Amino acid sequence: MSDSLTAQTIKITSGTGDQLETYVSSPLADGKRGGVVVIHHLPGYDRATKELARRIAELGYDVAMPNLYSREGEGLDPADAAAAARAKGGVPDSQLVADVAAAAEHLRSLPTSNGKVGVIGHCSGGRQSVLAACNLELDAAVDCYGAFVVGTPPEGFPLKVTNLVDQLPKLSAPLLGLFGNEDQHPSPEQVDELDGILKQLGKPYEFHRYDDAGHAFFSVDRPSYRVAAANDGWEQIESFFATNLGV
Amino acid sequence: MCTYATLTTDLEGSAKGPASKWFHVTNGTVYFDHPVHAMAEHTLNIDFADPSKGPGARVAVELTAQSARDLIAAIEGALASAPAEMTV
Repeated sequence: MSDSLTAQTIKITSGTGDQLETYVSSPLADGKRGGVVVIHHLPGYDRATKELARRIAELGYDVAMPNLYSREGEGLDPADAAAAARAKGGVPDSQLVADVAAAAEHLRSLPTSNGKVGVIGHCSGGRQSVLAACNLELDAAVDCYGAFVVGTPPEGFPLKVTNLVDQLPKLSAPLLGLFGNEDQHPSPEQVDELDGILKQLGKPYEFHRYDDAGHAFFSVDRPSYRVAAANDGWEQIESFFATNLGV
Repeated sequence: MCTYATLTTDLEGSAKGPASKWFHVTNGTVYFDHPVHAMAEHTLNIDFADPSKGPGARVAVELTAQSARDLIAAIEGALASAPAEMTV
């Protein structure tokens, strides 16, 4: 493991034909390694998620985070791009899958790639991480408190989102789930439901559920930050990726 | 996905926004969700925007739920204090 990294924004092409700003970070060290697609949260391609991407690169992986709001324009303030995308109803699931597929393909094309690619997301990205792993061949998926993997969005919910229950049989990768017991989206009952479905389907998964933690407990710049849960969560992520994305 | 509902409405007016410039406001977006900047877990967020000028043409506010209710009361009070014929 090296603390020397590169990090920059490049362009990749989504399966939709759109050019995507993509934040990539890699260890400077040589050698084969796995790749990780980071799915940013609803607030967008922001500093906090880029910090997260660099931390995963520091763990020893090539990382790519596509800007899911690239279609709103280039070089925008992330909050402005997020607001524009939200006003249009959010990111359609099919578009998300195409964008993650392009990022995964980019990672596999790198000379350092060992061929394995995982995906991780927080909040809306948690659900999208599971969505990607149900529709793409991946080697690891991490869902950090993603809502509406199970459960039903409220009546009149204007974003283009449904639960993923009917897609879970297609889950292609081991799933790590990290949840706060004080969260309501997803609620502990919904985490129980997901746990039961995955068990019934015989899918490989592991869940870690934290007391004194609600939604967004990893977010160091928000009041929801919970240091004990976040520290243990990062250890679980490190171990999970080492097991599933290692050489 | 943590938001509850995103409501949009047409607006007619102006806002002073990026680079301290005034711009014509045509759309409002209102939702209750995690804020970008305010120190609260959830806030009532309003975007005053002109989408035709791009995503940057926006004035954003993030208010605690109580502040949002106070603002509604203040707006209603201000409108009620003016002669009805002026606020049609």
